[in-house]
This record gives sequence, structure tokens and C-alpha cells, in this order.
Amino acid sequence: MSAPEKLDAHLIEIIKWHFSSETGCPFWLEWMSKNFDPKQEIKSFGDMVKFPHFQDEWLRDLQPEVWVPNAFKGKPYNIFETGGTTGMPKQRIGWDDYKHDYSEFSTKLKDEHFPPGKHWLMMGPTGPRRLRLAVEHLANVRGSSCYFIDLDPRFVKKLISNKQFDVARQYMDHVVDQAVTILKHRKVSGLFTTPKLLEALAEKVNIFEAGIRGVFCGGTTMLPQYVRFIVEEVLEGKIGFYPTYGNTLMGLAASVPLLPEDKFSITYYAPQPRAVLRVVKPDETTQTVDYDTWGRVELTTLTKEFFMPRFLERDEALRRKPRAPYEWDGVAEVRPFGAMENKIVEGVY
Amino acid sequence: MSVIPHLPALRKGVPYESLDKIDVKDHRTGEVLAQVSQVNAGIVRRDLARIGEARADLKKFTCDQLIEICKKTGEIFLTATLPLGDKGHTQSPQQYMETLSRTSGLPYVMVKRNMAKINDALANMRTVLNGLTRGLDLSIIDNGFGEQAGCPVSYYPTTNCLGLVMPSNSPAVNSLWLPAIALKTPVIIKPGREEPWTPFRLIQAFIAAGVPASAFGFYPTDHEGSGEVLKLSGRALIFGDANTVAQYKDNPKFECHGPGFSKVIIGEDQIEQWPQFIDLIAASISDNGGRSCVNASAVVVPKYGKEIADALAHKLGPVQPLPREDENARLSGFANPKMAEFINEAIESGLKEPGAEDVTAKYRNGPRRAELDGGVYMRPTIVLCDSFKHSLSNREYLCPYASVVQISQSEMLGQIGSSLVVTAITKDAKFIEQLLGSPLIERLNIGLVPTTKISWNQPHEGNMFEFLYKRRSIEVA
Repeated sequence: MSAPEKLDAHLIEIIKWHFSSETGCPFWLEWMSKNFDPKQEIKSFGDMVKFPHFQDEWLRDLQPEVWVPNAFKGKPYNIFETGGTTGMPKQRIGWDDYKHDYSEFSTKLKDEHFPPGKHWLMMGPTGPRRLRLAVEHLANVRGSSCYFIDLDPRFVKKLISNKQFDVARQYMDHVVDQAVTILKHRKVSGLFTTPKLLEALAEKVNIFEAGIRGVFCGGTTMLPQYVRFIVEEVLEGKIGFYPTYGNTLMGLAASVPLLPEDKFSITYYAPQPRAVLRVVKPDETTQTVDYDTWGRVELTTLTKEFFMPRFLERDEALRRKPRAPYEWDGVAEVRPFGAMENKIVEGVY
Repeated sequence: MSVIPHLPALRKGVPYESLDKIDVKDHRTGEVLAQVSQVNAGIVRRDLARIGEARADLKKFTCDQLIEICKKTGEIFLTATLPLGDKGHTQSPQQYMETLSRTSGLPYVMVKRNMAKINDALANMRTVLNGLTRGLDLSIIDNGFGEQAGCPVSYYPTTNCLGLVMPSNSPAVNSLWLPAIALKTPVIIKPGREEPWTPFRLIQAFIAAGVPASAFGFYPTDHEGSGEVLKLSGRALIFGDANTVAQYKDNPKFECHGPGFSKVIIGEDQIEQWPQFIDLIAASISDNGGRSCVNASAVVVPKYGKEIADALAHKLGPVQPLPREDENARLSGFANPKMAEFINEAIESGLKEPGAEDVTAKYRNGPRRAELDGGVYMRPTIVLCDSFKHSLSNREYLCPYASVVQISQSEMLGQIGSSLVVTAITKDAKFIEQLLGSPLIERLNIGLVPTTKISWNQPHEGNMFEFLYKRRSIEVA
């Protein structure tokens, strides 16, 4: 079966699940009663444009119970959050999705970079984020355990918006100092962090000599020159680098290993068929842009735990062709939507 | 060889081609004249963490040797064909002049004048250092200690490098950092976006003359990177507007170069001869396109304010933009046309307040903001203000602009505010004594000296030696 056929088959199964009264959640069943029956209308992924864009306000304004599929009724769930710098954060509930995503991602990691059984360190946003459990699960899948150092991105964003750059810097130092302490006193070989924190850590300690062999990174924009700097100078070409793109709503899009011809431009591939990324025209979002052209990132999540059609991310990216081992489109050089026109607070994390 | 030159970053002199580049364009046609590599802030941080090595390379030379190298550098800068970037391109002095003119808007005649000024600073480095150190035997810098006028003296460097976030509006500001090399201090330069040419050419000239390449950091970078240059250099020069200067002025780590608010003052004893001073005042306002901090931006007189304003307006008002190759060109185009819009709007807005008149308007025969062959220019503007309370009375813009304010001589020093240069046309001993005692005046010219005249043996704004070295007491048993 080809990738599009696999996607269509998975889609039909998921549509049937979410829009059947025995298995679907209150939100989508009510939506169906007011709109159309997707079981009749959606036969292939191309039909998904019949859905309007998913509104993330629904995740903020509605109680989490409305998203519980009837099939999981009574089963306690995790509540994961995103956003929330001011006001109510958006919440996604889940059970095992993150385990599926990160178990699959584990197959992309080389043992020389993340040796099974050796310890990990996560330095980055933990708290109510899916990432915290996901990274621990990933370490566990590889027979490892993980140390954690938290960074609260909501606080950092507030500091930067208020132009309290000195305090932001102090906070970043506070976070990085804790990591330095762990690296000094514990044997750690794998690191998850954000690019800025990685850079700050490398300014305080030689991370190769500290024992780190693999870095799994995500969280903010990584343009080619910055990636090159991380690979060549921060990691000195001696440490495995695994950039990822993801969030609480999607899961994790892995990147393909960089080739010289990539010129450090990272392309990410969604964990299809559980999530599908498209790069669409900002003013005509039913259409994708041409390859190697900028457009807005649109995410569709298709799992039994969560159905989210055509959510417009606050990111833009270049649309890239499929590349082995992935048979579907990729997204490259992801950056905040409108980054060329506006100043966007991404923070020091 | 690629068609368009590429200017790499220089990391302790070593070329670094970034994946992130910006185009530097002709300000009129938009034609791309070069690409410039942009580095991320992390590169600046990493390199500055090891800048001590670059200083050690310069320390191997004596000051005397470096002074001789500076002299040679000046000749090379002025006459030689030098490497332009890392793709095999070269640049003759003529090409430098043309390219700089095309991106900055400066006419050839002004670029040539700036080239000569830079060469003068290099050729006169011994005189410059003599002025900065007040005659110190420079072997004391080489040895770390010695004797001067019978006293033991010792100087130590305050920094391993001098950081510079350069403006784009005048190539001659590069002359400010030249003494740092003779004083064995590496420079970390973030060039102006539209003016990478002068620092790059100067660095190439220095290297050709024998200075180790490691003494030069050339880091085109973004706002964050510029911030790191300032933060991580032990000493740094700041260029900016009054708000920027206000942020840094009380920190001894920074030497600020902001608006000069330079002025010409005529004393009561000389005012009856005012027509004889008009040429000097007009030159003080408009030389170098009126863009320097040493250009006069206010003329303060005890009498004949209206007549003097009118005479200046009559002389400067008709000045129009001319083709850049015209030897008579006196105005500089704006690389960023929005800056011209902003200035024009600020003047117009000020003129709406009662008490000010654009005296040049009637001699201009056209708008203040003018265009020529796609370039945008600001024509000279003389505004007669009824007092220093008017918002246009003490303003400085990147064009020939000055207010004329009539107040009594006894009120002048109380009202002029901080002034980088004051040319006081007076022979009145009492007034001269008051001027000499004023803490508001950085450089004082007494008599018929244009505000734009600079002495090589006296610093007019900050003292680079005192900035880069500090004296300690010493006892050697």
C-alpha cells in the first residue's frame, strides 16, 4: 500500500471512530449534528478541505470532558497544555498518543548517540507539557532514565514582552547552571533541550567532555545558519544532533539526517498517518504552495484520542518534497508566521 | 568567480562565509553591489571569549612599529587595489569611492574628503597619540611602566578589544577607532548595514601593511549580535541618537558618540561685522553634507537674528542635489529614504508651533525633500526661532540644518545646553573666560574657526588612550 493509500485508510478509520456515537467524543458528535456527517463526505484526505479550520480557542474555552471519546469514558486522562503566557492555556487531553509518537521516534535515534541504558538530561519546558512525559518515555523505551530541569516559557515570554532582558538572562543562567551541576556530578550521555539553552550550556561547559553524545532539540526556530553554528561550533561535529518540530497538538515531526546539499536547511516529516502537515497558501488555505516555497503550516491530527482537522499553526515553512524514509511532504526552516514582517517573541529558551 | 562580491565576516581575521547573507544595494537603482555574510550572536560570543589571543598577537609590536604601520596603512587605503571579499574580487580606490557613493548616497567629492581624513588620521598617528597621551613616551605602553617628568608611571589595558557598532551615515567615523590598533587593542566591528566598505577596506589595508589579521573582527550581525559586541567588549564605542546615548552615557565602559548639537556663537563685540562670518557659518552647517556631529546645528547671536538667518538662507537655500560625480555636489542622498521622510515630517511638525520660520523656504524654489535620479535628498534648512524654548532651536538632523536664535550674550551660556563644538566669534576677554569655564562645551574654537575643523593633536570627543588604558601606581624594588 502506498503512503497516500495508507493515509486514506487510516483517515476513514479515524473518521468512523470520532463520528460514531459509541466511540466519538461529545464535541464532534454535536458538531456533526449541526454540520455534515463526515462518514459520508470524507473518503480520502483530499476531502478534508470540507472541514473548516480547527479553532484552538475550543481547547481553551471548553471543558476537557467534551474531548473524551465515548470509547474511553471513565478512563482518567493526562491534561497537556500549550500557550498560557497570559490567560487560560489551551489544553489537549490524551492517554497513550505520546507513547506511540516517541516510541516511533526512538527508532530514528542511533545507539552511538543515545546509548541504551545510559542517562539522559532534559533541560527545557516541563510542567504541564506533553514533552516532559514524552521525553521520559523516550528515555525509558531506550532503557534509560532521565534527569529534568524545568524552564517556564510563559515567564520568559512575559519578561521579554516587558523588556526585562536582564531578568530573562538571569533566569536562563539559573536554568543552565542547574544543568551544569548535573553534568558535573552525574553521568549523562543524552540531552534534550532547546537551541538557545544548548548554546548557553556549551558556553559554560564542554558538553562532549561532559559525556554528551547525542542532542535532541526542538522548540524554536532553527534557520540554516543557526543549525550550522550548532553542528559545527557548539557540538563541534562530534555529537549527534536531532532537530525536531512538534507541539502538544501534533506530537513530533522528526528531521531527516542532514546531507551536504541541504546546506543545513532542516526538513521535518510529520508522523503520518497520525498527523499530517501541509504548507498552504495563507490567503487560500485549501491549496498547498509549490515545493520549496513559503506558506503557512497546517496540521491535521488523526488519532483515536484526538481528531483535529486543518489547524492553522502560527508557523510558516518551506514545503519540501518527500525524502526517504518518508513518502510524504516535509516542512523546512519552520519559523513564526509573519516572521519577515513582524517581531515575534520567541524568547531565550 | 561570482559576479557579485561577497564580504565575509572576519573572525579574528579569518574569513567566514555565513549561510545568511544580506544584499547591499545602490540607493538609487536598487542594484545589488555586494552580499554580506551575517553571523548569529553565538558566533560573536564564542569569538569574544577567546579575544585575548588576538591582543597577544598585537602586543608583539611596539607602539612605534604600529605607528609606522599606520602610516603605511593610510597610503595603502588611499592608493592601493585591495581584496574585496573572499571570491577573488578586488577594489581600487576609485571603485571604493564609487561603490560607497552608490550605497551611502555621499557624492564623490565627500567620499574623497573622507578618504583624505582617514588617511590623515593614519599618517598623523604619532601626533594623534601624542595629543591623546599628552606627550607620553610610548615605550611606557610597550613596557607597562616607566618614568615621565620624573614620576614613575604605569599603564595597563582596560580591555582586550574595542567593540564598535558602526553607523552607516559617514565613513569618516571610522577614523575614531584607528588609534586602537596603534595602542595594541584589537577591534571588533559590527559594520553599518549600508556601509561595510570602509571598515573592510581599512582592515585589508592594515593587514597589507603588516598588522596581524587576528587583530580584526568584522561581524555583520543582527540586533542581538550587536548587543553582544557592546556587552562583551571591555570597551565599546556607541553611535546613536540622544535616546541611545542616554542609555549608555553613565557607564564608563562605553564612549558615546551621539548628536553633537554644535553651535556658532557671535559675541556682542563682533556682531556688527556679521556679514563677514556668513561663509564660515554656512560651511560649519553644511560641510560634509551637514551629517557630522561637528556640523553646527544652531547659530546663537545677540542681534540681527533675522538678517543672519536670511543671509544663511540666501546662501544655502538654493543648494540642490547634484549628480554624485559633480565636484560641486554638496548634499548627500539618503540610503534609507524613510529617514528623509522622518526628518522632513519632524521639521514640518516643529514649524507648526508658533515662533519658528523656515527662512530657506523662499530661496529653495521647491520642496525640502528632493529627488534626483531616484535618490532622495534633504535640502538645507535654516529656521529662525524666537527662543531656545522652541522645539526646533536645538535639534540636529542628518542634513544641513540649523536654527538661528537671538538672545542676549549674558543668557547664551545658560541656554545653549551641551555642545560638542562651539565656535565663539568674539574677542571679549570676559566672555572668553566664561566660555572657557563652561562644562557644557567639549571643544571650543575661539575666533574664525569652522566647527568642522578637527585637530589631530587634541581629541574632540572622548580620549581613546584614557579609554583603553588606565594608570596605576607602581613601585619596582
